[in-house]
Amino acid sequence: MQEIVQYLFSGITTGAVYAVIAVGLSMLYSSTELINFAHGEFVMIGALAMVTLWVRLGLPLPVAVAGAVAAGCMLGLVFERFAIRTARNPEPITLIIITVGAGIFLKGAAMIVWGKDPFSMPSFSSHESIEIFGAALLPQSIWIVTAALVLAGGIHLFLKKTITGKAMVACAVNKKAAWLSGIPSEKMGVLAFGISAGCGAVAGIFIAPITMSSYDMGTILGLKGFCAAMIGGLGSLWGAFAGGLLLGILESLGAGLISSGLKDAIAFVLLLLILYIRPGGLFAAKEAKRF
Amino acid sequence: MTDKNKYLWIEYLIFACAVSTFGLVTENTYYLQIMTFIGINTLLGLGLNMLMGYTGQVSLGHAAFYGIGAYTTAILSGTYGLNPWLALVCAVAAAVLIAFVVGLPTLRLSGYYLAMGTLGFGMIINIVIREWDNVTGGASGFVGIPVLEAGSIVFMSGASYYFLVWGIVLAAMIICRRLLASRTGRALRAIHDGENAAVAIGINTHLLKLEIFMFSAALGAVAGFLYAHFVLFISPESFGFMFSIKIVTMVVIGGMASVWGALLGAAVLTLLPEVLHGFAEYEMIIFGLILMLVMIFMPQGLTQGIMDMIRTARRAKA
Repeated sequence: MQEIVQYLFSGITTGAVYAVIAVGLSMLYSSTELINFAHGEFVMIGALAMVTLWVRLGLPLPVAVAGAVAAGCMLGLVFERFAIRTARNPEPITLIIITVGAGIFLKGAAMIVWGKDPFSMPSFSSHESIEIFGAALLPQSIWIVTAALVLAGGIHLFLKKTITGKAMVACAVNKKAAWLSGIPSEKMGVLAFGISAGCGAVAGIFIAPITMSSYDMGTILGLKGFCAAMIGGLGSLWGAFAGGLLLGILESLGAGLISSGLKDAIAFVLLLLILYIRPGGLFAAKEAKRF
Repeated sequence: MTDKNKYLWIEYLIFACAVSTFGLVTENTYYLQIMTFIGINTLLGLGLNMLMGYTGQVSLGHAAFYGIGAYTTAILSGTYGLNPWLALVCAVAAAVLIAFVVGLPTLRLSGYYLAMGTLGFGMIINIVIREWDNVTGGASGFVGIPVLEAGSIVFMSGASYYFLVWGIVLAAMIICRRLLASRTGRALRAIHDGENAAVAIGINTHLLKLEIFMFSAALGAVAGFLYAHFVLFISPESFGFMFSIKIVTMVVIGGMASVWGALLGAAVLTLLPEVLHGFAEYEMIIFGLILMLVMIFMPQGLTQGIMDMIRTARRAKA
């Protein structure tokens, strides 16, 4: 019992990080139909920017977080402007290779800026761990889950309540129709890119204290994020969120109860199962495929 | 023999001459080694090109078949002492069988979903190789792969292996070309241009996609076999996600739907790391940039892109 609760806690913690990554990917996919293979690299940038701003420069926590998110967003926008929009032939396979190339580029750049050694980071608040059913709950876990909920809730409200958000949903549903009714669909795509990259950076910021951060941490996190988004249903915000949590919990239980070596395989086995049984994802209804 | 066929044979002849001249003239083992790797990668590119370039189905897990080929032959001939040539048959059979099992459900998907499905499959195979350490040697790799022999020839020195690999590449090229020129090849292109239309004229698209997937897996396994007996040491990193991406990039950069494109792509991507070796720190940045720039400005790949450039230059002159 105690062990299971412990696995659940750690599963929910990593699951919340996956959820934030998946939300970013899903958001981008639904408004631009682009799968960004460099998304994991934005997570890495968020984590390493946090190391520099908070640990090295000693900036106050909120400022450092804002700085790291801003760095992620800026990079995302630059990438959109110079790589995605200049592409002459925006076919899926071309875009896949472009984003993969961007991922390798960012990884290489980070290696030069931050070096090859991994960094550790203290948790955001240094309180003692809380004991529930004999299992330890770290304060950082509460931070992560709260941040994930606030972020997803914020994006939800943005899409449902603000005019800009509604315009973005309209673009996601039908770009041409949205354009005809006067919505600048290209600008909405740029905005989605910025938010998506920002989500990646947020995930990086919160994961930094619970794992080591290094220039090559992004790829596997990005892939796990895809799995989560696919499991939940690409293009559905809460589906991606739930997919992330589910993936985190199953991974943690699998690592604890079966074998820690096969932990990384769980995400991909789950992905294949979902693709075979229900390609739209667990939570995607047929009509409401997007948001 | 039609005119087109005659040209094809002339092409092959020129290619064979160029390859053998290089093999006979070069004595530098480093160059021969690089050329051998280009040949092995060409096989991989050819296989994926059949699937991606002609049928339009993206696979992000092709390195898995390469790994299956390499590890099957390594385990059978290294651990169990089976004759390597028999191990080759087993490796191809294993890859084809696994491709059948995986392809049956996966190839019903399309676009990004197929890409993600094959990616997941590739990752799983890689993790299995890494974790099954009492059979595969795990993360530290597999040692003790025997050297290839045929009668009195030992495929050891740079030149003999070079000729073996390029002989197989030439054979594979001819097989691919024959296949593409056949009824099957036309059906494949029909799938690429419009799957629904292909179904409407009575092509069993699912079966055909499955067959071509198995064919490309077989070529991948042959490449894996050649790789394993060439380097004599294999480890999981050589067959990971990044290598799958590299194979896709070879096909796309060289130019899809072109047999020579696969060769060009394999050559560029094999030579690039060698050329960039001096800039060790900047290798990744440069590699990423090249991928992006080629795809942004020459989405049809280098073969088509260079041809277009020549055409524009000619027109400008006239």
